[in-house]
Amino acid sequence: MAINTPKQTSHLKREILVRLIKAYLSENFGENTRKIPYDMRPKGSEVPFRCCIHKERAILRDRAIAGLGLSIEEADDSELLSTLAEKAENRTEPEKNPLTVLQTACQGCVPSRIFVTDLCQGCVARPCESTCRFGAIKVENGKSVIDPSKCKNCGMCAQVCPYQAIARIIVPCENACPVGAITKDEDGLARIDFEKCISCGKCVNACPFGAVHEKSQIIDILKEIKNGKKLVAMVAPAIFGQLPCSPKQLKQAILSLGFSDVVEVAEGADITTKNEAAEFVERMEAGQEFMTTSCCAGYNELVEKHIPEIKPFRSETKTPAYYTSEMIKKEQPEALTVFFSPCVAKRREALQNPNIDYVLNYEELGAWFIALNVQVDACGESEFRKESSAQARNFAVIGGVAAAVNSLLDDDKKAKAYVVDGLNKQSIRDLKKFAKDGKCDLGNLIEVMACPGGCLGGSSTVNAYKPALKQLTAYVNESPEIKEVVKK
Amino acid sequence: MEKISVKVCLGTTCFVMGSANLQELIDIVPAKYGDKVDVSGVPCLGLCSTDWEFSKAPYVKVDNDIIKEATVEKVLSAINAKLESK
Repeated sequence: MAINTPKQTSHLKREILVRLIKAYLSENFGENTRKIPYDMRPKGSEVPFRCCIHKERAILRDRAIAGLGLSIEEADDSELLSTLAEKAENRTEPEKNPLTVLQTACQGCVPSRIFVTDLCQGCVARPCESTCRFGAIKVENGKSVIDPSKCKNCGMCAQVCPYQAIARIIVPCENACPVGAITKDEDGLARIDFEKCISCGKCVNACPFGAVHEKSQIIDILKEIKNGKKLVAMVAPAIFGQLPCSPKQLKQAILSLGFSDVVEVAEGADITTKNEAAEFVERMEAGQEFMTTSCCAGYNELVEKHIPEIKPFRSETKTPAYYTSEMIKKEQPEALTVFFSPCVAKRREALQNPNIDYVLNYEELGAWFIALNVQVDACGESEFRKESSAQARNFAVIGGVAAAVNSLLDDDKKAKAYVVDGLNKQSIRDLKKFAKDGKCDLGNLIEVMACPGGCLGGSSTVNAYKPALKQLTAYVNESPEIKEVVKK
Repeated sequence: MEKISVKVCLGTTCFVMGSANLQELIDIVPAKYGDKVDVSGVPCLGLCSTDWEFSKAPYVKVDNDIIKEATVEKVLSAINAKLESK
């Protein structure tokens, strides 16, 4: 699948965020939140997606719950959005698990299974029968029939059918999840097992009903600003490919939302690069066969929950967000930090790092600009406090981290980079194998990115991949070389 | 024959609500229609500023016709319709 394909579900989610922000900034947050489903589907309006206007509204209500940062599964159906809005406003910290599922949307999906279609000719060769190792498929009355009690969903019969008459019916979220954390249970509802979930956001992208939502922290952030707190925006480099304006205009636009400063996370990426390059040389000299990067939050979750055996090979160097937030808290202990994120996984990293107070994704940022009518390309320019390197700003692009590390290594110590371009079942198997064997024939510096294409391919991005890459690359090309920024 | 003009709004609202994904029109249209159609990304057309009309973004203008909630398919079929009527 292409990265960042356009989806009607994104339009709905963003529209709700805009309306929630407008509601929060209005005189009556609770009441205006309660009215969101009715404003979006007023009496007599078209019913574009569901059976009737009432279901449309009910589902919009559930989506608004995620926008409020609450769990849809836990909210009682009888609770009014106004009550939930109050709950969101009064909480003191964001919820732990970053995702929530709108289960009423799950009825659109049939359970995943192997299915014989009408195209079956009941042929004489019957390779399906002879291939099945479980004796689950038999020709009855001139057509193959699967016994569900025996079928293991291996799909061999589908592969060998000369008519391609057997289909594998998938549940998109289950199929996209690389770690088997989301499943459609017997009651037909999808559930996320957070013991397994690595917050990679693939289910968010995959669900055609847009049923998987991030729990937004937008209300928490708006509240802090309303209370006069000093908030510092930490913007990861992927952001510079997201909106139609220059990086300096974007900084000005973010300041206009009420932030006291905007700091590039690339500052921290320069530190990450320097430390990781030194660490790489040290490990190679100590005889280790390979090292993996450690800046992708989705990968770090994967290591913790599914591949602990690869820990000795993962760089001990901290993430750019870690160094950046540490710097800010040291300089301004009274400030609250907000990480501007392209992905779900950084929400988990933030929960584990006391220096990162909140996370705002690019969809939420875009919605905020819409709600306040900020025209980013009409904003003035504001300089960043420090010029970060080209290599650091290129961390958001696949291969960028390994290239940055290599740029600081002497010619005789250069790494042979191998890039994991997106986590999926296969790349996870590969990583497990490298850990087990203690070596990787493909390279000695393994860059792992949970999202294909790197951070620009994150599930919470706004821009399409290609134009985002073009825009970010232009910024990278006008940035100084890392050797000028980082002193050895 | 007068050229058909296609303006893809790249104002902030349209961009966030979906015109980010319409930027490919700027490549597709010239390849498909040659010099019969002029296509460009333009700054905010001002269509989103009426009260709640942001929800109908992204907007694209094909000559003087406004396409709401524009998609690549909608824009291409509007161009085709124009070409046929000429």
